[in-house]
Amino acid sequence: MSFTGCIFPVSQKVFVTMQQRRGEGQTAPIVRLLGLLGLLFASLLSSLCFAQDWVRTGSGLGVEKVRLAVPDFKSSTNDPQNAALLKTFNDTFWDDLDNSGIVELVSKSFYPLQTPGQPNEVTFGAWNAPPPNAAMVAFGNLGVANDKLTVLGWLYDVKNTQSPQVLGKEYTDVASDDAARIIAHKFADEIIFRLGGGIQGIAESKIYFVSDRSGHKEIWVMDYDGANQRQVTHQNSISLSPRISPDGTRLAFSSLTKSGWDILMFSTDLNRLVSFPRFGATNLSPSWSPDGLKLAFSSSRSGDSEIYLCDAGGGNLHRMTAGQGPDVSPAWNRKTGVQIAFVSGRTGLPQVYSMEADGTNQQRLTDQGYAVSPNWSPNGQFLALAWIRKYGPGEPGSSDIYLMDIASRQWVQLTHDGGHNDFPYWSPDGRHIVFQSSRSGREEIWMMLADGTKLHQLTFTGRNTQPNWSWK
Amino acid sequence: MNHRAVQLFATVASLAAILFLGACHKKAAPAPPPPPPPPPAPTASISVSPDTIQQGQSATLSWQTSNATDVSIDGIGAVQASGSQQVSPSQSTTYHLVAKGAGGTQEASTRLTVTQPPPPPPAPAPGPSDEDLFGQNIKDIYFDYDKSDIRPDQEASMQADVQFLNQHPNINFLIEGHCDERGSIEYNLALGDRRAQSVRSTLVAGGVSASRIKTISYGKEKPFCLEHTESCWQENRRGHFVYQK
Repeated sequence: MSFTGCIFPVSQKVFVTMQQRRGEGQTAPIVRLLGLLGLLFASLLSSLCFAQDWVRTGSGLGVEKVRLAVPDFKSSTNDPQNAALLKTFNDTFWDDLDNSGIVELVSKSFYPLQTPGQPNEVTFGAWNAPPPNAAMVAFGNLGVANDKLTVLGWLYDVKNTQSPQVLGKEYTDVASDDAARIIAHKFADEIIFRLGGGIQGIAESKIYFVSDRSGHKEIWVMDYDGANQRQVTHQNSISLSPRISPDGTRLAFSSLTKSGWDILMFSTDLNRLVSFPRFGATNLSPSWSPDGLKLAFSSSRSGDSEIYLCDAGGGNLHRMTAGQGPDVSPAWNRKTGVQIAFVSGRTGLPQVYSMEADGTNQQRLTDQGYAVSPNWSPNGQFLALAWIRKYGPGEPGSSDIYLMDIASRQWVQLTHDGGHNDFPYWSPDGRHIVFQSSRSGREEIWMMLADGTKLHQLTFTGRNTQPNWSWK
Repeated sequence: MNHRAVQLFATVASLAAILFLGACHKKAAPAPPPPPPPPPAPTASISVSPDTIQQGQSATLSWQTSNATDVSIDGIGAVQASGSQQVSPSQSTTYHLVAKGAGGTQEASTRLTVTQPPPPPPAPAPGPSDEDLFGQNIKDIYFDYDKSDIRPDQEASMQADVQFLNQHPNINFLIEGHCDERGSIEYNLALGDRRAQSVRSTLVAGGVSASRIKTISYGKEKPFCLEHTESCWQENRRGHFVYQK
């Protein structure tokens, strides 16, 4: 499959303001989950048969990635704020494209001396031939005038000299560092959408997580790249297992209250807790159905921890599992909404199981060791999980992140680099996995591509655990 | 011849008289009457035994004098020439004895140190409180890794707990389920819940009323021990009893 097949050429210049872009975001193409995922996981699956060995696979294995050059944006006005905002914009924009995993960024050392800030400055021959040998160039300019920040950005197919423009965008906002970051995220997402098979980018997504940096374990949130970390809850107790609703308006989590461990519900619109029933006993690990209408969670209200389902408001509670051994950590199939993976200790050490959302057809998926924290990929094909495969006396027993193909039960190990790794969670584009790891010496949030590459740390303050990626 | 005899007699007599008179000259001065012997000076001593008491206790003050006609002790007044007396001052006191007699005045003193008594022991309780007994008698129950059943070596503790709780039916309590650090956060909370439930159901089976028992799981959120060793992990895999008022 050639990359040009993924591109939607745009012949005429399209300028869209930020306000219009927000409206467009609501009607994102429904094809988001398909398309490129097949392409990405075709390579992943091809490596599953070698899963017992430590093989570094690339997400683009067998697929040539688009070589994209991203010269720094230029200043379009003489405002003194431009320099700082350009730095923020250029850094954020580069990182977003680099993190995306779908393009190969051409090293800046190969760029011609004269880089373009606008279309008439593009010298095609200097870009489309070696050394840069770029297929695409993303360029533009940024300027502040009357405290308004304006960014013009283009994506050019420099091998198509007749009709090179793939994308042209204009963004305006108040002049601030935050706005420069957001505009960089938006334009990066546009490019990733065009070059990545029509899958929405994640540059504007959020990651919820648990942090003890306030002195108590509370729920925090950050941008997907680790920026803008801020505290969400103030329970002054122990709050765990955050799960944001598909529409992003409600955050379910488990918290130790005077009556025990309860599921609490936080409204991100109202910025406060909203009422949710207290079911009694120990209630843990909520998980939203993909339509946002139901919650699965574990409760020991019958004496043993079992998986329960209720409506989003807490009504219509019913039990899905029965029998010995704790059942916890349900995870809904995010594509179909008709399957739930969960963890059960019914045979001893915890293993990952799946069942239909009505509780039938319970099947054990992991064959050995200590397997916990399942999370379903957005395309419904894979489970990410934390697994101590070689658990037992004398075994090293490190907990690592694995992917399992549900249909074939084949698995591949993603982390190898030591430490205790747990709570993998998929990005909305299905290309990334965020997880907690102690590899730096204490538990922090890390992120990687879904093939285990481009590993990097997102949190550095306190102990940070249980990341949960927003649905878009 | 007579004359010469008279002369001789006279000479001898003179000589004798001289001798006699010479010899009797010293004895002739009459000695003055001897002065009366001076009156003996008084003596005095005083002591206290013991010399240190706690406030409220008493000590014996003893004194002896001689040749004194007027004996007094400061703060006590005139006393016998010799004697003893119980004293119980509230603070340290120096007893000063003055013995006066014809022969003069003699003084002596001794000091009695009074210490503050230790704080009075708490009012004797009618017996140890329920909470004390609970803390002294109740034994936590320890578990194997990833297990929530009562293992054989914990059954004696379990039976002791059942017996104590049945003997003290008014005590309410909480059972906390704890896990070691190795498991996953969510699974450990469920496991800790099962440990607490396991202890609870054993107590109930032994006749302890379920209404007296609350349970909570802390998973691995509140470890007793923070080292990464098996002995420390074992410390953390337990059902922990907490007295509740």
